[in-house]
Amino acid sequence: MAEAMGFFTDTTVCIGCKACEVACKSWNQLPAREGGQPELSGISYDNTVQLSGTTWRHVKFIEQFDSPYNGRWLMMSDVCKHCVQAGCIEVCPTGAIIRTEFDTVVIQSDVCNGCRACIAGCPFGVIDMNPVSGTAQKCTLCYDRMSVGLEPACSKACPTDSIQFGPIDELRQRAQRRLEQLQSQGETKAQLYGADPEGPVGGLNSFYLLVDEPEVYGLPSQPKLPSRNLASSAAGSVVGAAVLGAVGLVTLRKRRSEEVAESERGGPPRA
Amino acid sequence: MGDRRVPDTFFTTPPEWTWWIVFYFFIGGIAGGSFFIASLLYLFGRINDRPLVRLGYYVAFIGAVISGVLLVLDLHRPLRFWHMLIESNTGNPMFKSWTPMSVGSWGLLLFGLFAALAALSAAREEERVRWGPGFVVGSAFRTVVAIIGGVLGFFLAGYTGVLLSVTNRPVWADSPMLGALFLISAASTAAATLILLARRRYIGDEISLGKLAEFDKSALVLELVAIVAFLITLGAAARVFLSVWGALLVLGVIGAGIVLPLAMGMGWIKRWSSRPVMAATLVLVGGFLLRVVTLLSSEQVHIAGSRVITP
Repeated sequence: MAEAMGFFTDTTVCIGCKACEVACKSWNQLPAREGGQPELSGISYDNTVQLSGTTWRHVKFIEQFDSPYNGRWLMMSDVCKHCVQAGCIEVCPTGAIIRTEFDTVVIQSDVCNGCRACIAGCPFGVIDMNPVSGTAQKCTLCYDRMSVGLEPACSKACPTDSIQFGPIDELRQRAQRRLEQLQSQGETKAQLYGADPEGPVGGLNSFYLLVDEPEVYGLPSQPKLPSRNLASSAAGSVVGAAVLGAVGLVTLRKRRSEEVAESERGGPPRA
Repeated sequence: MGDRRVPDTFFTTPPEWTWWIVFYFFIGGIAGGSFFIASLLYLFGRINDRPLVRLGYYVAFIGAVISGVLLVLDLHRPLRFWHMLIESNTGNPMFKSWTPMSVGSWGLLLFGLFAALAALSAAREEERVRWGPGFVVGSAFRTVVAIIGGVLGFFLAGYTGVLLSVTNRPVWADSPMLGALFLISAASTAAATLILLARRRYIGDEISLGKLAEFDKSALVLELVAIVAFLITLGAAARVFLSVWGALLVLGVIGAGIVLPLAMGMGWIKRWSSRPVMAATLVLVGGFLLRVVTLLSSEQVHIAGSRVITP
């Protein structure tokens, strides 16, 4: 297996230019929404609104203002997290979702049958249907570009190096240095999200530097695998089945009084 | 600003499992429930219960066929439905024991097979059909089919709830009770379906129908307990039901679908105490609404920008 590769996104230097969104759409030939008609969401400058099957990069705009003159913008380029333990791979019933030699997660469009289990299984709301292909789609971390030694389109296009691409171990070291720098400057809420390989879902191969709680950015604080509920839910079903079986035996069984009545009538008639 | 108090499951995207799946969960539950009721009646009931046994097998078979069709229609690439069972690139069997949808695909296939065998056996017994191997009317064969098919019926009735729990979606993944709840609801709706069909077609005697009504009442009590446990275990995710979905759950599922038919069956409402068809219809409406509420309430939670949108 090749070296694990990924993204480190330093949200503190994102300027919200959306070059990553454009580069992603362009390289991956993803269609525009609504035939390219402009749509205003009313959510700050965020008219992309969410990741989807045709939008694999999404720049979030978060306005934190006490008054018109006192506050700040938080901007974050969101993407598939390429989880080390991926919920989507776990629940995919067709084997369409695979882990590549770069430790990234890719959906094989020719295998996917559009059941949408991966959409429900992703703890980050990353995956969605592509209406053109009729399959679930998301960021591939530009598998095609990586395979020939090229950098993914989004990080290549990022003008401020908010999105940094490279070997995960190297990115983690870089992120740690940047975190210490910010904290020394008084940014006490600065934190790495998904950089810890001992953390939730085994760490993220696309991790973030945030300056507020994850929920502020629309991220779950403790992302979990769907399989965490398998044993408890299945056990509940088995208990339910046992109770129902017992109730069925009590209510549906042949009773002694019925046997007596039937024998008095000269035995049971043919069914 | 993002909301710091919402559960982690709210930061996800809805899979758009809507009406095809609502109907599948409802009809699949009735199919599975009908089979295990029929199995219990066959294995432990009277010979006079056999008309109801056969009706249960017919309902199970028809329900299994409809379930398969509904599931295929729900796929965005329906012609690739076989990818659930066979690895498309190797031709090997596709089976993931830790994935309810994978296990469920095989479970439905096997259930359909046993439901078909049971229905064929019943049809031969009634001389509705004259083809097929003779052993299908043999006692040993029927017993084996009743046992294995009954277990598969329990599985089909309950795995759908487990499937929802093994996700990261609000409501579904926030409680471990959905598997048990759907299973018990499948039992009550299956019993109600058999009562309705039996009364309409004059199948089975009053003793058989009385037993079925007793079973249905017990299942409704269990269902009520399971719903309360479900709501308690939801924790903060229960806020989804502070909406029209909560009203539908309380009035439609609990009130009209459980409490009212239970009260009618117990004779608490004198005017309606001898209306089994009406009670069974209410149970079916309640069971359907349970699937509607469970699926669609979660479907309405999504992210817009960095915010969570709830119903």
